[in-house]
This record gives sequence, C-alpha cells and structure tokens, in this order.
Amino acid sequence: MENIKNIIESLLLVAEEPLKIDRIKDILALAGKKEIQNALTELSSEYENRKGGFFLREVAGGYQIRTRPEYKEWIKRLIQPKPLRLSKPALETLSIIAYKQPIIRSDIEHIRGVNCGGILRMLLERKLVRMLGRKAIPGRPHIYATTKQFLEVFDLKNLEDLPTPKEISELSDTASENME
Amino acid sequence: MIDMQEELYKVQIDDIFEGPMDLLVHLIKKHEMDIYDISIALITEQYLEYLQWMKAINIDIAGDFILMASTLTKIKSRMLLPVHEEETDDEDPRLEIVKPLEEYLQLKSAANELIARNLLGEDTFVRNPDQENHSMDQDGKIIKVGLFELIDAFQTILEKISEHRGVDIITADTVSVRDRIVQIVEIFETRKSVTFNELFPMNTDKSEVVVTFLAILEMVRLSLINIVQNTQTGIIRLFYL
Repeated sequence: MENIKNIIESLLLVAEEPLKIDRIKDILALAGKKEIQNALTELSSEYENRKGGFFLREVAGGYQIRTRPEYKEWIKRLIQPKPLRLSKPALETLSIIAYKQPIIRSDIEHIRGVNCGGILRMLLERKLVRMLGRKAIPGRPHIYATTKQFLEVFDLKNLEDLPTPKEISELSDTASENME
Repeated sequence: MIDMQEELYKVQIDDIFEGPMDLLVHLIKKHEMDIYDISIALITEQYLEYLQWMKAINIDIAGDFILMASTLTKIKSRMLLPVHEEETDDEDPRLEIVKPLEEYLQLKSAANELIARNLLGEDTFVRNPDQENHSMDQDGKIIKVGLFELIDAFQTILEKISEHRGVDIITADTVSVRDRIVQIVEIFETRKSVTFNELFPMNTDKSEVVVTFLAILEMVRLSLINIVQNTQTGIIRLFYL
C-alpha cells in the first residue's frame, strides 16, 4: 500500500479521540494489524527524534497526537482550559475506584471512612466514573468503574497501566521491621 | 468551650471536608509516630479533642467520626487488659486500625501518582481542545489547606488572644458571619490575597475570631476563596477567586 505511515498520520491529526488500531484497519481495508502497529511505532520514533511540539501517546486503547508537557504554559495562553478542580477527597475516591474496580459504594466508603455520595455524583457527571450495573447482594448496590475519559485524562493506555502504589514510606520508615 | 448561640450558623464543608481517616493521619504525622507503633492513648485523647473543636465551631460531625472515636476507645481499653502469656497468638488490638490506615495511605500515594501524570488539559493537549478541558490546581510549593490545618491555625490564634487579653470586655455589637463575609470580600476588592493571620487582629474578642473563622469556612464552601499554605514558611494565604 502507498505510504501507510502518512495515511495514518493524517488520520491521527483529524481524529477526535484516541484512534484504535482496529479502526485504522477498517479504514485502510488492506493493511494488517502488524503493518499498522509498525507504522505507528515508526511515527512515534520520528516524533521522538524530531523533539518537536507534540508526540504520539498510546491512551485509552488507541493512539493520539498530544502536545509535549514542556509547552503547556504557552498553550494556556492560547486557550483557557476549564479547570477540572478535583478536590483531594474526589481524587482519593477516584483512585479507589480506579484501583479496586469494580467496586460498590459501601466498599469505597469503608476505605475512606467517609460518606462519598456527593463525590460519586460529581465523578459520574464528569464522566470519569460510570456505573457498571448492580451487585446481586441485598440492596442491589450500584457497581462503579472508571471510564475511557478517565484513561484519556490521566494519560493511561489501559487499567494495567495504572502506576503501582508505592509502599507507604510517608509515616513509617521502619515499616515491616516493627510488624513482626 | 466557645460560647455561641446554638444554630447560629451551621457550616457544611463538603469540599474541604475530610474524614476520620484523614484526622488520624494528621495526628500521627503531627506527633511523628510510626503507624505500626501508634500510641493509642495519645491519639485517642487528641482525636476526641478535635471532635470537641469541630463541634464547637458547629461543623456537622458525621457519624463516621463518632464511629472512629468508638473504635479508638475500644482499642485503648483492650490495650489496658493484661496479656496472658499463654495467649501469645493474640493479635495486637491496634491492628484493627493499622490495617485500614495502611490501605488508606497506600491509596493516598496512588492518588498522588495519578495526579502527577501528564494530565490532558493541564500538561498535554490534543488538537481540538473544544471538548471539556481539564486542569488541576497544583503548584509545586503550595499546598491546599485542609480542615485540620485550619483548625490548628485557629487554635493558635485563640491562644494568642487569651494571652493578650486579661479581661473580656463585653461588646454589644457582634458581627454576623454574613457581615463578616462582606467585610472580607471588601478587603479582597483592594488586593488579591490576604494571609490567614491578617484577618485576626490582636485586639479582637473570641466571638469575633469565631465569626471570622466561620466566615472563612463558608467562603471556601461557596468557592469564593482558595486557601493555600506555603510548604516552606507555613503561612496560610487566602486567594479571592
């Protein structure tokens, strides 16, 4: 096929959300997954070598051209992004859901030790969290999970890409020694 | 403790609200304890003292705080029981609180890692930024102040005031929280930020200090101001939004 790399690059430029390999395959019809993957890798390393204003990120199961963090201040002069304003409790609640999903509300509240109905509603409204259904236990509580939007905002390929939480060092320097 | 009319002004602080776990972490940090070797007696005493403070400034204490208080008290009493030597496999009663604390701290560290990533709409942008854009307030050297830090600052101010004033002069005209908010807004109209201490002049009486403190909490709730603390100087500063 004629320059597959250029075709994919043009698609990436226009795509409104992270572009999945399957979607590219549908569009290109004749190209195989492997070929597409190679072209994407090549594009990515071209951007890395060029060290320009943007790079290729693998987010939320697809690929997206994004600006390099070094230039964020300049972009903020061009556009005024609406602040997400995630309060500390909201961020904590979101983290619990991200790491423990699928999870029901009472389990979230158990970890935080605090009611989180209001925060959950806000996270749902911002589409960072969604309801997966109801758990088949008394009361049939809702089950919560994170969304694709969450992966996009936090620059994550998928849920396995979540950073591994560090061992708690903040409050305990002699952690395991004193335990047993 | 603080003499106030009941139901004078109820403060609900959803946004800066932190739970009993945060209070525990705050106290453990403050006393530089190891979470695996917590002095339950001290922590319980301090915890209950904080609850008193929160009650005094009319913060609705959620049931969660009471539940934690009873857990702490239970552990404290179990620690007082003599340990029989043959029952060595009896686990440390403190584990009841250590395990959730551990999980909570781990989660907090995960939250910090998440927020440190290249966030879309904050650190990195896509070509068509018309969708909802996101941004997080996070300035390296400045941290957002939580409720407990505010209470600490408030306690310090009250202590200073009792040092400066031997006799309490009865003042007839007390300012309401609403009026105080208006006064503070007026200060903000001339300048962008003000330090926490500036709002509490030395020659004020306790009720005024309390009213000012409530006004600050209410303004935070209404998203009128942002409260931040410089991690180096410890100075708490209020920003008008």
